[in-house]
Amino acid sequence: MDFEVSEFQSDLADGIRRLCEGRFPLESIRSRESTAHTVDRDGWKELGDAGVFHLCLAEEAGGVGLGLAEASLVFEELGRSLVPGPLVASHLAAGLVDGADDGSVVVGLVERPAGGAPGADVLPIVIEHLADLDVLLVLSDEGIGRLDPGSLDATPLPRPMDPLTPVWSVASLPTAEPVAGPEVAAWWRRDGAVLTAALQVGMAQWACDLAVEYAKGRVQFGRPIGGFQAVKHLCADMAVRAEVARIAVQAAAVTVDQPDVGDPDVAAAGAKLLADEAAVTNGRSCIQVHGGMGFTWEVPAHLAYKRARVLATTFGTDGALAESLADALAPSTGR
Amino acid sequence: MDLRYSDAEQAFRSSLRAWLDAILPSLPPKPSPDDWPGRRAYDTHWQRLLFDAGYAGVDWPVEGGGRGSSAVEELIFKEELERAHAPYVGVNFVGLLHAGPTIIAEGTPEQRARFLPAILRGDEVWCQGFSEPNAGSDLASMRTRAVRDGDDYVVSGQKIWTSHAEVADHCELLVRTGPEDSRHRGISWLILPMDSPGVDIRPLHTIAGSTEFAELFLDEVRVPVANRVGEENDGWRVTMVTLSFERGTAFVGDLLEAVELLSTTVALARRTGAWDDPGVRRQAGHLKAELDALWALTKRNVSQAARTGIPGVGGTYFKLAYSETRHKLGEFSLSLLDRAGLAAHDLEGTDGLGVLPAGTMVEDWLRGISLTIAAGTSQIQRNIVGERILGLPKEPQAAAGGKV
Repeated sequence: MDFEVSEFQSDLADGIRRLCEGRFPLESIRSRESTAHTVDRDGWKELGDAGVFHLCLAEEAGGVGLGLAEASLVFEELGRSLVPGPLVASHLAAGLVDGADDGSVVVGLVERPAGGAPGADVLPIVIEHLADLDVLLVLSDEGIGRLDPGSLDATPLPRPMDPLTPVWSVASLPTAEPVAGPEVAAWWRRDGAVLTAALQVGMAQWACDLAVEYAKGRVQFGRPIGGFQAVKHLCADMAVRAEVARIAVQAAAVTVDQPDVGDPDVAAAGAKLLADEAAVTNGRSCIQVHGGMGFTWEVPAHLAYKRARVLATTFGTDGALAESLADALAPSTGR
Repeated sequence: MDLRYSDAEQAFRSSLRAWLDAILPSLPPKPSPDDWPGRRAYDTHWQRLLFDAGYAGVDWPVEGGGRGSSAVEELIFKEELERAHAPYVGVNFVGLLHAGPTIIAEGTPEQRARFLPAILRGDEVWCQGFSEPNAGSDLASMRTRAVRDGDDYVVSGQKIWTSHAEVADHCELLVRTGPEDSRHRGISWLILPMDSPGVDIRPLHTIAGSTEFAELFLDEVRVPVANRVGEENDGWRVTMVTLSFERGTAFVGDLLEAVELLSTTVALARRTGAWDDPGVRRQAGHLKAELDALWALTKRNVSQAARTGIPGVGGTYFKLAYSETRHKLGEFSLSLLDRAGLAAHDLEGTDGLGVLPAGTMVEDWLRGISLTIAAGTSQIQRNIVGERILGLPKEPQAAAGGKV
């Protein structure tokens, strides 16, 4: 048993971090804020060339043949750089949709609400990044279907919560061309939860780092505010929250790769639950540490909070995740 | 990142498990919690059994007489003992985890020969005299005074939180040998025989009703200079050396106990019907996610210690997160007992299905309260994370002197 990140794994993550710092600096990402096209196609291709999308694809299928453990480290870096776009969907689609693996085709994903689910008859279906998508996949318990994004009668929604995640609404989804069955849908949900959780961990860490940097430099009452315990402890809690969530995500990814060490579905649900919470809470704390400036568009503190909210709605929401963990403790029916 | 155990690690686990299966049924019944002589006899008997089987000081280096196991084997050891409900380290805690490792690292050959085998065999019990009524979080401000008089130190002062003092043979004692304001530069580490004239012990009842704590009053107690471990005024560093023996496994038993408490609580919720409430199920599910993550964090910390030999920052993260989770778990289990939790006593359920485990649950809830206080309060831990890990400006007191 050696649960440390290996040198190879940490080099891989460092490489992606450098790529993101060079290719997706915050100023360049923010230049696309509140537009319909926040995916940088050339940058997407570079992510593809770096292996972001075909990392877990078998070598004989043209992939790198690595595990979800490696992918989760890569996705943590993508989250840390706030790279916008359907990263998880395109990664999952590699091998199923031509061109997803090398980043030449941008693939999005939307969940088809199960009949009878709360809100299914009232709430419209909201799709992210529609204008940037070449292919839209539809996920349900029955399997995965494929739609032409241009064929949808979708309404762009003004003032998207995350200025880097434009959204559209449709009343319903047309029948999609089936491309995979229920088994694939089940592992997509699980791996999608882990990779989304990895993005959340990256953002939770980003929010912590930004808050700490600000707390060191901002002087009030003649001292940097980070010297006051009220602020220092807020930052310490952010660091702990990010670290615990990171460990949960890495353990879930390893459990998917090595299923004899535990139940991958349970581990994935736990990781997503803690990572969503870490990203949302750290995003909120980051704003708080920035005070009034945190409430403005001028400083980027709000970006992680908003993106965290977006990601928390995908691949399992808190209530459902907690219920599935409870089911692992004991079935919910009968005494 | 590999969570699979190697063949050698699995072999260690299965032989330990076989030994536990064979030995545990032979143990005498557990003494009552307040019967301290009985508890000493029980815990030291268990230590002797471990010694005879080669499991004493599993985490001690071979040169100290220990087994010299890897950090991963130590994790397996603690995991298997907890799963088998083997006795807790109990009154042997200070000897095995603090005093022994300190003497291994800093003691003279004579001190090692005199004290180490007795700890490993369960012959002698130790207690700790570090904290004082006016030196808690700020330990370096301690004032218990030791004045040199010939071959002895004459020690006067007061210590607190001295667990197991009533049944201890020796106390690892921190005393002020430097000037009053010398803080961490004027402290020495002494071995105090507990039967020395001038030692007065007063038990201190905890909010959980237990009596393992004591106050220690020292009135001109003579301690031989030969009982000093390390140089005079170097006791602070000597104390810190022990911390490097911590390999991320300090809370393994505690954490697995919490996992079991969650199962017990879920079983109670199913019995009462509370489990049909989605709010209750979600709270339980959330606690499971937290406990699973903390178990994974333990494995990360142990892996790190196995490679580098020193614990990383993960231990501080663990303690902060675990103590909060434990509080939540305590509150959760208590809420399910409703008014049956108004006494720390197992009572018969009216459904005819046997007792309700209110005793364990209420006690666990009460004991859990100590976790954000003992071994560095959560507030001190947050200062450590903020200052040492995140690099935020120091507290004024911390800048002026040392702090644990």
